[in-house]
Amino acid sequence: MSFLSLVWAGLFRRRTRTALTLVSIVVAFLLFGLLRSIANAFSAGVDIAGVDRLIVQPKYSIIDPLPISHLNEIRRVPGVAMATHADWFGGFYQDHKNFFAKYPVKPAEWFAVYPEFRIDPQQLEAFENTRTGAVAPAEMAAKYGWKIGDKIPIEADIYPKKDNTRLWEFDLVGTYQAPHEGGSGSSQDAFLFNYDYFDEARQFGQGQVGWFVVRVSDPAKALEVARSIDAQFENSANETKTATEAEFARQFANQIGDIGLMMGGILGAVFFTILLLTGNTMAQAFRERVPELAVMKTLGFSDMTVSLLVLGEAVLLCLVGGVLGLAVAALLAPGVARGIKDILPGFTIVWQTFAAGLSIALALGLAVGAVPALTARRLRIVDALREH
Amino acid sequence: MFGQIREITLMNLRNVPSRLGSSSVIIVGIAGVVAVLVSILAMATGFRAALESTSVPDRAIVLRGGANGELSSGISRESVDVVSQMEGIAAASGELYTIVDVPKRSNGTPANLVMRGVDANAFVVRPEFHIVAGRMFEPGKGEVIVGKRAAEEFAGIDLGSTVRFRDSDWQIVGIFTADGDVHESEVWGDLKVVQSAFRRGANVSTMRVKLTDPSAVGAVAERIAADPRLDLQIRTEQDFYGQQSQRLSSIISGFGYLVGVIMAFGAIFAALNTMYSAVTSRTTEIATLRAIGFGATPVLISVLIESLLLALLGGLVGAGLSYVVFNGLTVSTLNSGSFSQVAFDFAVTPKLMTQGLIWAVMLGFVGGLFPALRAARLPITVALRGE
Repeated sequence: MSFLSLVWAGLFRRRTRTALTLVSIVVAFLLFGLLRSIANAFSAGVDIAGVDRLIVQPKYSIIDPLPISHLNEIRRVPGVAMATHADWFGGFYQDHKNFFAKYPVKPAEWFAVYPEFRIDPQQLEAFENTRTGAVAPAEMAAKYGWKIGDKIPIEADIYPKKDNTRLWEFDLVGTYQAPHEGGSGSSQDAFLFNYDYFDEARQFGQGQVGWFVVRVSDPAKALEVARSIDAQFENSANETKTATEAEFARQFANQIGDIGLMMGGILGAVFFTILLLTGNTMAQAFRERVPELAVMKTLGFSDMTVSLLVLGEAVLLCLVGGVLGLAVAALLAPGVARGIKDILPGFTIVWQTFAAGLSIALALGLAVGAVPALTARRLRIVDALREH
Repeated sequence: MFGQIREITLMNLRNVPSRLGSSSVIIVGIAGVVAVLVSILAMATGFRAALESTSVPDRAIVLRGGANGELSSGISRESVDVVSQMEGIAAASGELYTIVDVPKRSNGTPANLVMRGVDANAFVVRPEFHIVAGRMFEPGKGEVIVGKRAAEEFAGIDLGSTVRFRDSDWQIVGIFTADGDVHESEVWGDLKVVQSAFRRGANVSTMRVKLTDPSAVGAVAERIAADPRLDLQIRTEQDFYGQQSQRLSSIISGFGYLVGVIMAFGAIFAALNTMYSAVTSRTTEIATLRAIGFGATPVLISVLIESLLLALLGGLVGAGLSYVVFNGLTVSTLNSGSFSQVAFDFAVTPKLMTQGLIWAVMLGFVGGLFPALRAARLPITVALRGE
């Protein structure tokens, strides 16, 4: 009998117990897989965001407006390759529950600053030339069943039109592809329409924008450029705060902050509890087998072999549990991602989670098996056989 | 029969201390489930409580038509005057609502804090408002008062300090409470000073009105709709804050139940494990009892009772742990409904703890049932011969 088949036989000594212990471990790793991915989703924006882009926002609050005249000054700052602007339109399509971002932008500039958003050049041209034109991410258009040529009514909450009505109608002239796989993600997946039309038709706020997006010519100098931009507007009536897109996304995610931290803590407790239980059960299983191990030693198995046998069993059980748990998590992940897409986009299981899970499984097996293995090694045949 | 049940159960329970290691598996496992479930639900409950305690039945909020929150709303001075004079309105307060960046104490990153510009009417419509430290701001000066929870959760806005928001410096002269509601997560200053610092002219964002009667809201809404000068909506605070709290608290609760159910599976299997081995280690004992005339049902019930008691103990430990560690703990998060930070306390209520205990008992029942069935079906002769 090979070593592995001995380990295997040991596991099947008490099938019920092995199965029950295995399920507990599977559950722990299933939770681990899902919860790590939730934590990842909270910081997802950070990974998606480009490194060579800066966001220029008002210094004191994200909701203050900035004058569009800043744009020319920003473009003159050394190190700035290109710059454009956007604003938060708010509003809703049909129902408040249909939540997506809507930005008035300069079409050509926007797609130059965000080259990873792919749009058909003809559609981009149509977007440029249609005053009431709009483009949406292909996925969003599919979700709401929009086709090119449709009129998309958006009910405004912040910006009424000059005629005191709140209904804005846009003509969908194109769709664009967002780069990330796994569906939704970046906060930049927005419904886009012409700033010129917006600025002309809105009741108030003419000449104002929400923020600027800047592409730097050398990503290594991004921080330097950010400081120069802020210095440019220091002590003016509209001071700015410039940060890389990643930093901006991180700060926003941190606003949810405390809850993310709490979840992490609670999940630690979850894992710890289930692991403690497993360890206890396995130690107990070992104790029952002391006479059996003594018999093996009598038969001529070395101290080392017996000890490795016990350790091997623990490690094998934990690894099998870990693999199964992570596999179940991977199977469930697409469904979970669909279910929570609107609440928490960017939920996917990444290979780092698998790697971390398997390392933990291995460590767990070693930890749980260490004491029994050591005891097994030191076991004196006479004592062990006499006790039982 | 009841005598038999009592005898066997007591015997089992006296036996528990010698099986402490394996019995603790049930206790710890179920304590873990209950502690996690109760704690997460306590977060949802606390968040909802903070928003809903703002609501008083006879108070309502007036927003611009189409606006979904205070931030996107805007009301002209004239409209404020018109509404203030309306029949059914006992008192009205026009307020400017804006957002300023203040770093969170916990992680130092800037967070959206509400800055509310108010005049004396704000305190008329909110009798629950009290200054607890320092003093009220003086009208016309760059002075602000800070809600108690905001002062606790955010850095740089302590009593006596000076903070820079748009265009000017503000001195913190007082700390206020308001029955633990959302306003305690805000910064308040004089309406006119805030209007000019934030370049808002004479406009306000919203109005808070005290109704002559809670049922007057419908009539006021009709009057507003009938007035061609107004493009406004009126909603009771209950409606307004209920809607805001609903989304986040249902996300948190849903998450709590999801994690709770998955954990419960783990705990059930751990309990099954323990009870099976408890039954196995007592095979001879049980068979002997059966041989001397004890029935199968008392054996079954006794095993079940042991499992239920251990589970209940676990539930108590878990609920107690959750209460001791989390109850009253203040945290803050971004309320997507108002785009601003809300600080709130975990609320480990008796209702939640009872719910946790019910879960514990159910888990104990499932975890004990199958081993109990096995114990009851044990063939006497085989069992006696086996050992």
